[in-house]
Amino acid sequence: MTKAIEEKGIAVVHACSIVPISKTVGANRILPTVAIPHPFGDPDKDPEEEKKMRKELVEKALRALATPIDQQQVF
Amino acid sequence: MAARYRAIFCLNQFFGGLGGEDKAYLAPQLLEGARGPGIFLERLVPEVEVVATLVCGDNYLAEKTELAISEILALLRPWFENEEKDRVHLLLAGPAFNAGRYGLACGAICKAVRECFAVPAVTAMYPENPAVEEYRKDVLIARAGEDVMAMEESLKNMAGLACKLLQGEELLPGRDDYIPQGRRKNYFAEKSGAVRAVDMLLKKLAGEPFSTEYVMPVFDRVAPAPAVQDMAIARLALVTSGGIVPHGNPDRIEAANASRFGAYPLQGLSAFSAETHQSAHGGYDATFANENPNRILPLDVVRELEAEGAFGSLHDTYYATVGNGTSVANAKKYGSEIAKRLLADGVQAVILTST
Repeated sequence: MTKAIEEKGIAVVHACSIVPISKTVGANRILPTVAIPHPFGDPDKDPEEEKKMRKELVEKALRALATPIDQQQVF
Repeated sequence: MAARYRAIFCLNQFFGGLGGEDKAYLAPQLLEGARGPGIFLERLVPEVEVVATLVCGDNYLAEKTELAISEILALLRPWFENEEKDRVHLLLAGPAFNAGRYGLACGAICKAVRECFAVPAVTAMYPENPAVEEYRKDVLIARAGEDVMAMEESLKNMAGLACKLLQGEELLPGRDDYIPQGRRKNYFAEKSGAVRAVDMLLKKLAGEPFSTEYVMPVFDRVAPAPAVQDMAIARLALVTSGGIVPHGNPDRIEAANASRFGAYPLQGLSAFSAETHQSAHGGYDATFANENPNRILPLDVVRELEAEGAFGSLHDTYYATVGNGTSVANAKKYGSEIAKRLLADGVQAVILTST
């Protein structure tokens, strides 16, 4: 899906927890996330802290989208 | 026939019979004798005796690969360094079929065991499994079917190849059913390369079937799209393969092998909640996602960042499918259809989340 969207010239950041799969599949901008069942969360944290971490991850995703790259990059 | 080869069999928590997604963080453990597919294998291939079964949770191995592998090697060491009569001859892992996490686990374990103990370590996967590309050069991967329906032939193929290796027989792609490892082998051919090439050309011109001697690799890569110039005015969209759908899963997106994607409105929505949305994904424990779907697709903080001006605006639809055993062809199709809708709305950037 990532590649089919990127093919049309839209920048995609693939946020996922198993980076090797993302690399093999061929995503270009890869953002490693927290864990497979909760990429943007951590049930062990208190809700406020969890949300703060989620926001930081999305900010990182936005930075990745604004970063020029010429090959696969893990952010 | 009495068993000639003593094997360790590696399985994930499902096939090892220890639990479902709730046990996906299970640390590696070694159980006596054969379990699940190992019992079946002993019946199908009597030359092989499964002396122990190594079971490891899918998430544990995928997220903490290095730690898991060192723990696994420590568990296995006594078996492979035993006295001659008790020594284990080989390791079998899987079949992993088209399961991504399981495939990575089987590949990583086989590679480490082969390097560490110098014994054959064989797994089996469906050729589209994402772990194939990662491990095919280092690990002998027997060809397996797409899902568990193909258990019998996949087990036979995997164990058959392992037995051949133990007997010192040579394996060749084309004759043996495994994923080519990209090695070259010298041999004497009856006809020179020039003659063979012309023969091939003549067949091609005559419209007859012929097979190449050197399959060209397919590089299915896409060049990175240009970076977003000015995020403050950019239109952003959210896409997920993590199966976040409106409550009740109105499009009935399947929990595995999804045959469709859904497009769902975001207008007036400041966050997902347990009341409005849920996970339809069958490939991970959905407890945490159902409690708070923003953990899969972070709409709550995306809306905050939109209000703060961190990016221009949010496309008012999000797209979701279940990436669980989904074929590459289908994923491509969904991606292209989604891209069309994004382009029509002037979207410049996408956050695509996966579990």
